[in-house]
Amino acid sequence: MKEIKVLGTGCCGSCTTTVALIEQVAQAKGVAVSLQKVEDLREVMNYGIMSTPGVVIDGKVVHAGGVPSRDKIVQWLTAGHA
Amino acid sequence: MSAVLAPLRRWPGQQPLLFLLLAAAAWFGLYQTLMPAAEALVAALPVERDSHLSGALLFFFYDMPKVLLLLSGIVFVMGMINSYFTPERTRALLAGRTEGAANVMAASLGIVTPFCSCSAVPLFIGFVQAGVPLGVTFSFLISAPMVNEVALTLLFAMFGWNVALLYLGLGLSVAIAAGWVIGRLKMEAYLEDWVRDMPHTAATAGEDRLSLGERLDSGFASVREIVGKVWPYILGGIAIGAGIHGYVPEDFMASFMGKDVWWAVPLAVVIGVPMYTNAAGVIPIVQALLAKGAALGTVLAFMMSVIALSLPEMVILRKVLKMRLIATFVGVVATGILIVGYVFNAVL
Repeated sequence: MKEIKVLGTGCCGSCTTTVALIEQVAQAKGVAVSLQKVEDLREVMNYGIMSTPGVVIDGKVVHAGGVPSRDKIVQWLTAGHA
Repeated sequence: MSAVLAPLRRWPGQQPLLFLLLAAAAWFGLYQTLMPAAEALVAALPVERDSHLSGALLFFFYDMPKVLLLLSGIVFVMGMINSYFTPERTRALLAGRTEGAANVMAASLGIVTPFCSCSAVPLFIGFVQAGVPLGVTFSFLISAPMVNEVALTLLFAMFGWNVALLYLGLGLSVAIAAGWVIGRLKMEAYLEDWVRDMPHTAATAGEDRLSLGERLDSGFASVREIVGKVWPYILGGIAIGAGIHGYVPEDFMASFMGKDVWWAVPLAVVIGVPMYTNAAGVIPIVQALLAKGAALGTVLAFMMSVIALSLPEMVILRKVLKMRLIATFVGVVATGILIVGYVFNAVL
C-alpha cells in the first residue's frame, strides 16, 4: 500500500482538489492507498517544498506547486513509483 | 467521438512551434475583427443607435470579449514564462546576494515567478532558510501579488498602456524601497523562533528539462486556472462599474477623492487594507471611480493597498513573523503607497 501525503496550508482550495483527485484515481485504478493531508506548517516545511500543494509518496516528495495532472497521478499510482 | 478528438487534443504538444504560430495568428485575427463585429452585431439589433442601451450593449459585446481575449493570451504566455521561473530557481538566483541590487532583482522576479498568496508562507520560509536576506525576501513578497499579469492586462485593457506601465514602475519601486528599508531595520530577531531555528538549506534548482510542449501545457493550465477563477470577478466588476457610470452623478467622487483633498490618499489606503480581492475584482471599481472624477494617484493607492496589504495574508504571516515585524511591514508598505499616491496627484 502506498502512503500518500498531500502537503498544504490553506492553499486556496487546490489542496482539497488534489486530495479528491488522488482518491478518485486510486479508486478508478483499484490501487490501495493511505491518504493523509498534512496541514501543520512546520511539518510541511520539513519536506523542503516552497509551493503548495505538495505530494509525498512513501516519504519522497514527487510534486510541489499546483494541482497535479491526472496523468501524473496515474503514473505515480501505477508505475510502482519508489 | 472522443477517439476522434484525442489525437487532435494531443497535437499541440507534438508540434508546439506550429501550434504557437497558428494560435498567435488566430488570436490577432480575432482581436482585429472584434470591434467591427461588435458594431455590426449591435447595429443589427433593434435598438436605437447612440442611445444608452446601444452604448451599454456595445460595451458588453466589445469590452467583455476584449478583456477576456487579452487576458487569456497574456496569461497563456505568462504561464509558459512562469515555467522557466520556478520558486526554487528564483531562490537559487537570490540566495547569498547582498542587498541593494538583490532587492531590484527580487522585485522583478516577483513578476514572473508563479505566486499565490497562500503560498506566501512556504515561500517566505524557503527563502529565509536558504540565506536570502530578509529585506530581499520582502521585496519579492510585496511585488509578487501586487505586480502581476492580471493587474497589468486589465489596466492596459481599460486605461491604456501608459497607466499599465506607470503601475508597473510604481509597484516595483514600492517593493524595492520597502524591502530595502525593512532590510536596513535589521528585523531578523522578529522572525518566529522556530523559523529562525530551522536548519539552513542549500538553494538548489532542480534540472530544468521541460520541452516546449510541456511549457505549452503549463500555459494551458494557467489559462484554465487563472482565467477560470477571475472571469466572474471581471463580469461582476464591469456590471458594478456600469451601474456607477449610469447612476452616480458626474464629479461626485471629485469632492472627496479628488486631487485637492489631502486626506483622500491615506483614507484610500486605510479602506483598502481590510478589503480582500484580487486585481480583477478591484479594477472595474477603479475604472468607475476614475470616471467620476477621483484622482488617479488616489485610485492607484487604493488599488495597491487592496492587493498588497490584506488582513488574511497578515493572519497567515503571523505564523512566521512576530507582531513587530508585521507592523513594520505594513507601516513601510503603506508609507510607500502613500508616497506614490501623493506624488501622482502632485505631478499629474
